[in-house]
Amino acid sequence: MTAHVAHKIVLHFPQQIWDRSIVCRLAKEFDLSFSITKAEVTPLEEGLVVLDLSGPEGEYRRGLAFLKAEGVRVEPLERDVTRIEAKCIHCGACLAVCPTEALDIDRTSWIVSFDPGKCIACEMCIPACPPHAMQTAL
Amino acid sequence: MKRTVEQINERIKKGQAVVLTAEEVVKLVKEKGVRKAAAEVDVVTTGTFGPMCSSGAIINTGHSKPRIKMKKAWFNEVEAYCGLAAVDCYLGATELPESDPENRVYPGSFPYGGAHVIQELVAGREVRLRAVGYGTDCYPRREIDTMISLKSVNEAYLFNPRNCYQNYNCAVNLSDKMIYTYMGVLKPNVGNANYCSAGVLSPLLKDPLYRTIGIGTRIFLGGGVGYVVGQGTQHNPEVRRTALGVPTGGAGTLAVTGDLKQMTPEFVVGVSFMGYGVSLAVGLGIPIPILDEEVMRNAALGDEELFTQVVDYSHDYPEMVARSLGEVSYAQLRSGSVTIQGREVPTVSLSSLHKARTIAATLKQWIAAGQFTLSEPAQPLPGPGSGIAIKALHDRPARKRDGGRR
Repeated sequence: MTAHVAHKIVLHFPQQIWDRSIVCRLAKEFDLSFSITKAEVTPLEEGLVVLDLSGPEGEYRRGLAFLKAEGVRVEPLERDVTRIEAKCIHCGACLAVCPTEALDIDRTSWIVSFDPGKCIACEMCIPACPPHAMQTAL
Repeated sequence: MKRTVEQINERIKKGQAVVLTAEEVVKLVKEKGVRKAAAEVDVVTTGTFGPMCSSGAIINTGHSKPRIKMKKAWFNEVEAYCGLAAVDCYLGATELPESDPENRVYPGSFPYGGAHVIQELVAGREVRLRAVGYGTDCYPRREIDTMISLKSVNEAYLFNPRNCYQNYNCAVNLSDKMIYTYMGVLKPNVGNANYCSAGVLSPLLKDPLYRTIGIGTRIFLGGGVGYVVGQGTQHNPEVRRTALGVPTGGAGTLAVTGDLKQMTPEFVVGVSFMGYGVSLAVGLGIPIPILDEEVMRNAALGDEELFTQVVDYSHDYPEMVARSLGEVSYAQLRSGSVTIQGREVPTVSLSSLHKARTIAATLKQWIAAGQFTLSEPAQPLPGPGSGIAIKALHDRPARKRDGGRR
């Protein structure tokens, strides 16, 4: 009997393949189950899916190999991004790069909020934040 | 209705002055009209907080024993300009440590520079000063490696040659590659539109023809009190304006100064722009005395009456191509998206409206409490009709004979 594994992963679909059915084949052709935490398709750019993927270890490995062969970039969702509140100047520069709206601005108070629940730890905000308010906690 | 700065100051001293922020006055004028609002309100306060690269600090470190005439000096490894008297120097906001890899690994992260040193000083922290000199009879010392702080130095002034742009481009990227600019990260194919103005709260947008803001105007600078030195570099009043005289793109600028020792790290913030470099986010607020109805009408302009131009930063800006991809209002920019070339594009502000509001509110409080009076400009800034217009630098063959040797 093989071990059962479960991981949170981030899939990046380049523009050329984002219109193809790929994720559903993980269940159909491999003995894997998944739940989608976040999915976003930006026309002309890329598709992005955050998955909880689980199944027997061998199937899991074959599933990942299949994704890579299809041109999907797979990254583990391991690191947590946090905000140093005192450093945030509430400009909104981070909103340009945040793919999930984890960073958002209230258009009445003009305060930038950070929702770790929506964060997929892509870390794009870290270099994009002018006052260095975003950091990774390893 | 007419009133003078002197009359307003009398009312401030008696605690009777009516002060509103530039946002509050927009509402008031909509309700009551310009005439009534002008009769009621003495002062309108503005505020802005954003990256302003042309900033820096003049520092006199005090003399060591024996004395040194600093030829080169570094604050936390960031070099300051020393071509002044023995221990006077100018620490520029965008200066980088010599060890910074810059854009060798593109895009560079630029984690630390002159602006960060200035913020550390304002926060009360000690900073390492290393300096070298060539030794003279009167200044024999050749090197020093010590610690300084705002408390230990004589004078430390912010002296910013260009701050407070009257209006600023909205930046987009027409190319198919990500670009990294002083306007932030710009995604390919017009993926986002970044702008940088406090709009309704922006000082020079609310006094578009420089009726009240001029040389010597007392202002809020970095949390303390500062002054307008004069027109900033690249001051460019001869631009297209709306019927009310409001420029629809970059125009006037201010040179400002203020005592660093009064400032707070909340309003003097070192910032890094990936792939570009370091800048200083400066908090600046200017009170507008309501001298008459015309001043009030302009001070009460709303975001929907203030416009800027959409400019491509992948080709047009770097190549000095003067082209607008469209005109947008600050109300549209504030809504979260604008339509550019038929496509809805998310907008991003680099200027903090939250901080701008805090600044306008703080200045309002200072004036209402009688702590801050207004100053009449010693001289107005050059306006439209002055003939002052920005010039470009033209490349032409250098005469080698004149290369500094005579």
